Amino acid sequence: MEPHSLDFKEAAKRALADTELQKSLSSFKAGFSLKRLEAIQKLPEFEGLRDEGIAIKQHTLAHLDFYLGRFAEKVEAAGGTVHWCPTPDDGRRAILEILRTHGAKTATKSKSMVAEELGLNEFLEANDIEPVETDLGEYIIQLAHERPSHILAPAVHKTKEQVSDLFFEHHKTRHLTEASDMVAEARQFLRPRYLAAGAGITGANFLVAETGSIVLVTNEGNAELTQILPKVHIVLATVEKVVPTLEDAATLLRLLARSATGQEFGTYTTLATGPKQIGDQDGPEAFHVILLDNGRSKILGGEFSEVLRCIKCAACMNHCPVYSVVGGHAYGWVYPGPIGAALAPNLIGLEEARHLPNASTFCGRCEAVCPMRIPLPKLMRQWREQEHEKKLSPPRFRLGLDAWAYLAKRPALYALATKLGIGALSIFGGAGRFAALPLASGWTATRDFPAPEGPTFRTAWKKARG
Amino acid sequence: MSDGRAAILGNIQRALGRGELQGEARASCEARLKNHARNLIPARGQLPREEQIALFIRMALAVKASVSRVAKDDDVPEAVVAFLKGQNLPADVIMAPDPALDRYGWSSQKMLAIRRGKPLDADQVGVTGAVCGIAETGTLMMASSPEHPTTLNFMPETHVVVLRASQMVGAYEEGFDMLRAKGAMPRTVNLITGPSRTGDIEQKIELGAHGPRRLHIVIVDD
Repeated sequence: MEPHSLDFKEAAKRALADTELQKSLSSFKAGFSLKRLEAIQKLPEFEGLRDEGIAIKQHTLAHLDFYLGRFAEKVEAAGGTVHWCPTPDDGRRAILEILRTHGAKTATKSKSMVAEELGLNEFLEANDIEPVETDLGEYIIQLAHERPSHILAPAVHKTKEQVSDLFFEHHKTRHLTEASDMVAEARQFLRPRYLAAGAGITGANFLVAETGSIVLVTNEGNAELTQILPKVHIVLATVEKVVPTLEDAATLLRLLARSATGQEFGTYTTLATGPKQIGDQDGPEAFHVILLDNGRSKILGGEFSEVLRCIKCAACMNHCPVYSVVGGHAYGWVYPGPIGAALAPNLIGLEEARHLPNASTFCGRCEAVCPMRIPLPKLMRQWREQEHEKKLSPPRFRLGLDAWAYLAKRPALYALATKLGIGALSIFGGAGRFAALPLASGWTATRDFPAPEGPTFRTAWKKARG
Repeated sequence: MSDGRAAILGNIQRALGRGELQGEARASCEARLKNHARNLIPARGQLPREEQIALFIRMALAVKASVSRVAKDDDVPEAVVAFLKGQNLPADVIMAPDPALDRYGWSSQKMLAIRRGKPLDADQVGVTGAVCGIAETGTLMMASSPEHPTTLNFMPETHVVVLRASQMVGAYEEGFDMLRAKGAMPRTVNLITGPSRTGDIEQKIELGAHGPRRLHIVIVDD
């Protein structure tokens, strides 16, 4: 997918002014975070599982070549094929070749963020193959010609009324008012598509080196119908998804659903190993894994390598004060929220993604809820430092920051400057608030700036320590 | 294709600052795969059998499955018919061609029409067994085989599962060991926790998105 992350500021402004979007996001805020909290309170071992989950990921990443090699051998021993794809272009080519070999004219798809990285739907359409999204949220946004705005709930930005209008426009039945009727109608319209599809394309939550299995978690059962009904099952996965054993997958699965939606376990956790076996009455005749790197191997071993622990649970965005008001589209690429801000500059370049690490209040909730304890604020801070060093931020901003740094390194001068500054502010801030301030219009455009009261922090600190 | 493999593995090895994994480090990874040691298992499911069954039922009900429990094999068909009747569903089922289901004396229910095999789109009720029940989260494990087509778990709107009390285990890992005991991994293994659902419209949970709208589990004591 072509990134539009450089437009973040304008997109965020549009999002804040979009009343329908704000309505959708307001119901989203409390839902996931409350359910997550309830789920982890029911499991006393949750913190221990986090420790072990992190250790599993760290071990696997340190031996990634070994486990990927073993995974591929096991897939091949089960009769499947692994396509090693360094770039998105390699991935798209491999997929097209498989689809053409099997004469597939339509492909059902279950939700995959890797497919978004590949811009797969546009690519398939350009090659006369019709992609059919089957996850309800993905189906909704496919009808609307939009992008997912959340990695689990892709249509979280849509209201029920908007879904009703979309279904009416495309299904040409009647205007539905109840969500249950919309779910039933989508089921009815999609079932024949599953049965007629030439291929099924899914993502993968984990790849198991021990058995060559792919592990998929869904609630709808759409990934299951997508992979067992057509003749070909194509799996899209990035290299960091591999884990050593089924036991390791189990530990991460115990963390995943609880962190994601607050469920004890996803409704369906499915392991798929190769094509159908002798005597099986259903299942695909061919099984292909597209193993995509797309920049991950370059992250490994560097100062951002902790992002590779991510299990794509979305807890960070579910708890992010910025995500929860601007929504996912503003981030302009595949992965929104804090994980997107830490990951995207690695994959699409800091120049394009430079606003994202700044779209954070550093409140730290993302790191606190991340089951893999990825230090997201630290990683975003590292990107901000690089942005400054590489002179990507506007000159005026850098000048201000450099001036502040000059003062901050000279305590006596700093004390003098703050004294003068505060003195000036107190003189003019008679009413206790400023409606406008020079150099601070970004703040005062939407709210007042409080006039300083009492001693500075440094003075109070000195006094408190005696 | 092998070029891609060499490029990716080469990049990884460069990033990790070493060549191909060798010696002791490799042996320890090999051992990890071979031993597949268990990690932390929540205490919740590590109970005597009868308490595991109680936990399983509690967890399954919490995710909107329904459960009935019968004392002996001969009571199973009646429990299935009673469930179908209660839901206003036809007594017409597609049943897995699994010999393990033959013991239940289905002929006692004259009104129950049974076809064995994989489902057609029109089939409304599927009946299968399971590899095991997992008490920890009220989860059923299903494995594909000639006797158990996976489509039975997903296509019909109603899925009825007959589970023997002795098939109850505490944790997923015990289920994995049962799969290993079968030999090669089956093509498809489904861990099923309640009926199909979606929250994609305004985060409100609706059942029966693409898989079954109803999941009924008959536990038979043995």
